[in-house]
Amino acid sequence: MEHLAALVLVPALLGVAALFVRGTRLQVGALLAGALLHLVLTGAAWVRRPDGYADYLRLDDVGMLFLSITSVLFAAVAVYAVGYLTGPTHDEPARLYRFVPYLLLFLAAMTLVAVTRHFAVLWAAVEATTLSSAPLVYFYRRGPALEAAWKYLMICSVGIALALLGTFFLGAAEAAVTTGPPGLALTDLMRAAPVMPRGWLRAAFVLALVGYGTKMGLVPLHTWLPDAHSQAPSPVSALLSGALLNCAFLGVLRFFQVCLASGDAAFARTLLLLLGFVSIAVATAFLIGQRDFKRLFAYSSVENVGILAVGVGLGGAATFGAMLHAVNHSFAKAGLFLLAGNVLRSYGTTDAGEIRGAVRQLPLSGPLLFALFLAIGGLPPFGLFMSEFTIFQSAIGDGRTRLGLLFVALLAVAFLAMAGVLLPMLQGESNRPPATARERALAVVPPLLLAAAVLALGVYLPRTLDTLLHAVAGVVGGTS
Amino acid sequence: MNGPIPVLVHAVLLVMLPPLVLGVVGKTKSWVAGRIGPPIWQPYADVLKLLRKGVVMGAPTTWVFRAGPIVGLASVLVAGLIVPLAAGAGPLSFEGDVIAFAALLGLGRFFTMAAALDTGSSFEGMGASREAAFGAFTEPGLFLVLAIVCVPARSVSFAGAWTALPWDAWGPRHPVFLLAAAALFVVLLAENARIPVDDPATHLELTMVHEVMVLDHSGPDFAFIVYGGAVKLFVFAALLVHLLLPVPAAGGWVGAGLLVAGVLGVGVLVGAVESSVARLRLTRVPGFLIGVAALAAVGVAVLLARGQP
Amino acid sequence: MTGAADALLLLVLITGLFIVWSGRLAACVRAIAVQGALLAALPLVMWAPGGDVPVAHLVLMSVGALAVKAGIIPALLLRSAREAGARREVEPYVSLHVSALLGAGLVVLSLWLARVLVPPGPVTATLLLPAGFATVLLGFLMLVARKYAVTQVVGYLMLDNGVFIFGQTLAGSIPVVVELGILLDLLVAVFVMGIAIYHIGREFDHIDTRALNSLRD
Repeated sequence: MEHLAALVLVPALLGVAALFVRGTRLQVGALLAGALLHLVLTGAAWVRRPDGYADYLRLDDVGMLFLSITSVLFAAVAVYAVGYLTGPTHDEPARLYRFVPYLLLFLAAMTLVAVTRHFAVLWAAVEATTLSSAPLVYFYRRGPALEAAWKYLMICSVGIALALLGTFFLGAAEAAVTTGPPGLALTDLMRAAPVMPRGWLRAAFVLALVGYGTKMGLVPLHTWLPDAHSQAPSPVSALLSGALLNCAFLGVLRFFQVCLASGDAAFARTLLLLLGFVSIAVATAFLIGQRDFKRLFAYSSVENVGILAVGVGLGGAATFGAMLHAVNHSFAKAGLFLLAGNVLRSYGTTDAGEIRGAVRQLPLSGPLLFALFLAIGGLPPFGLFMSEFTIFQSAIGDGRTRLGLLFVALLAVAFLAMAGVLLPMLQGESNRPPATARERALAVVPPLLLAAAVLALGVYLPRTLDTLLHAVAGVVGGTS
Repeated sequence: MNGPIPVLVHAVLLVMLPPLVLGVVGKTKSWVAGRIGPPIWQPYADVLKLLRKGVVMGAPTTWVFRAGPIVGLASVLVAGLIVPLAAGAGPLSFEGDVIAFAALLGLGRFFTMAAALDTGSSFEGMGASREAAFGAFTEPGLFLVLAIVCVPARSVSFAGAWTALPWDAWGPRHPVFLLAAAALFVVLLAENARIPVDDPATHLELTMVHEVMVLDHSGPDFAFIVYGGAVKLFVFAALLVHLLLPVPAAGGWVGAGLLVAGVLGVGVLVGAVESSVARLRLTRVPGFLIGVAALAAVGVAVLLARGQP
Repeated sequence: MTGAADALLLLVLITGLFIVWSGRLAACVRAIAVQGALLAALPLVMWAPGGDVPVAHLVLMSVGALAVKAGIIPALLLRSAREAGARREVEPYVSLHVSALLGAGLVVLSLWLARVLVPPGPVTATLLLPAGFATVLLGFLMLVARKYAVTQVVGYLMLDNGVFIFGQTLAGSIPVVVELGILLDLLVAVFVMGIAIYHIGREFDHIDTRALNSLRD
């Protein structure tokens, strides 16, 4: 249990400490130390799964998957951020002491989401992620950033309040069938689930889906997402899209686990399918003609969150596809946002209409951006192709041909839309004076590694990861 | 209500007591302001003085102008005979008299407004339009407050509902009844043209609502108006007292004593409110009255939801 | 003590209606403080006489809720409102009159809903479920109907209060630490919101959120 507590407390304490120190080296040191220690602790958890304390701190397979994604992403983003914020910025001088503490606290909150199976702790942790990331969205103190941060704060807090209501409904449903004080631990809930009153359980799931779905970015609760993800500094956007959306998804999955145990999963699956497809469709619509490439990536995140929901909603092999997709999308989207940061630094604007010839202007980032664009579009040999194809195949195999075809059609439109925005940016002659300096390693290596991971996952799935993904899929309703 | 004695007591209370309530209101306001003020029985003297004077009528007025104060006083006296006062129901009580009560008040208001419009003066017309507007917002509040008492008793009669209020120990219904009392107090202030809805002491016609409607009346007509206003205040105060004190349960002379004390207490309360709160801006009065009506509606809904106690 | 709990919950409903109806920022914030104080007393009134739940736990919860909901949070909001210089909500999306009537309608709806939905377990106070539904719905009404950032935060607080009322059905089943953690989250949330309001006021010279609509597609 100390291991799990350390996973949460190390970044938390480092973050609090960083609130009180000034000095670039100390801040950078704290950030890198936090990232490294977290990565090491996560790796140690792979070697030997730590014990927990009741369900308050317990790392099961589902939590392990999301914890690992978060940890790897954070390490990559931390390295990138050091370069991003200590070099010349395109705004007022960046103040690391407003950045590093919140980033570390953000990591601690996301970790807590992954290592708990108790619904009240889960709720508090998700709320903590909102609170710790809002100052990060507002890092560049501009009007639009403030607007984005305010919307983020209000919409997500309201959503999470609804999730708390759903949590209480769940507790009430449990109280109806258990003697003694009801607890909100997943184990107890799953045990009591088969006899819980249906209406309250369904109401609880709906509220949780709406509440945590707001944080996930499901349509129509996604309105904060494009603003927040585009106004935040690029490393923060990478974490928001890559790690935070997964944490919110984890919240929904925990409720789904209870629904599965109760035998009433069909209702939940239908809702997930509905919201998933609506999200993919609406996001695709907004991808068309999108001028701001960071907003483009943000809408792509909404689309991919929809894919996750569809995968779990379909069940069977599609759930495995969804879990694989979580990994692939996190890496690819984080890489994209980091590269977006490089483009932004170089061109000084996020307006895709004003950017030309990025491949020539940024000889390292440009081609990488092209590669990751292909990846996020679902092209082989990148990993997202595998995960999306698995979902499609499962849909066809289950006889839901129309859903499968709709799925592929929407993804194709999305790819074309993104191509329409990104390709003109990349091709042609650059409309900026030639770059005077080479691209910094700190800015290129993290996205390169992430892209390599996405490529590797498309070609070969390591045995341990494969086992974990199948285990998670089994727990969340797929057939292994 | 049987027997001549209770009817007589009721009539005496109804006729003799109202000006005293006005006097108490005035005295309270003076004391709060640090003055000694006019004596408590001053309104009696005012009414008698007015009765002895002659009437001056404007040229364009018709019979409506004379009818206004008469119908106003008559309607409010009949209303006073319906409501319960000292012990049990009023002499004219019947099933459905709660609606009749509201209708009588409406009748009086209508004739007052008609008399005001009959003068042909723009000041009175302005007052009539304000009275109409504020009355429209006050009526729902009044009905809902009456409903709070009538719904649990399943009776639309003062005899059945208001005299049957449960006075057992601090039971679960009391919070709603306190809510009803608070709402009724605000309705009292609104219907009787008190602060914060209207200022009876203002002498600027543009700020008046009720006083400006009766600007042209004089002599006995004005006496009827002043006395009628006092009776209306007394009637509402009696209803309020019935919500707060166990008057019917006490019965007899104790009940009468409780009623008198309660009504005078309401007078003190009105005086205190008038001294401490500022009058609302005219544009804010409808919102205020809507808020009170919404509150009373919630009270009714809570009672309905809880079913029979 | 059904009567006392019901009386408290009725007062909670009344303060909720008042907030929806009032246009003055300071009055709204003070009313939400009153609502918070009432809700802080609710666990004590509901669970103390029964004896299932240890009294110390209840007292701790009540004191914590009182300090946070009736003390710190309203003070923060009043500070933010004062610094932003706004006094009255001038032109809400839904007018105050309509809000008051809608609010009454929502309370009636909640009372009906609570009778239709079968409560899952023994519910000690008859007004518990309706007051919970109503406060949540009134909070939503505030969030949707108002333009000023401070009143939107008040709406969020009312939403949280409604959820808290529902949570009272589970008192004693969650350890004190976790409940205090939830309270702490609420406090930090309002703290962050207060800071955001301060920045909005400085950046845009007012706290009218209509100005926050430049980001759109």
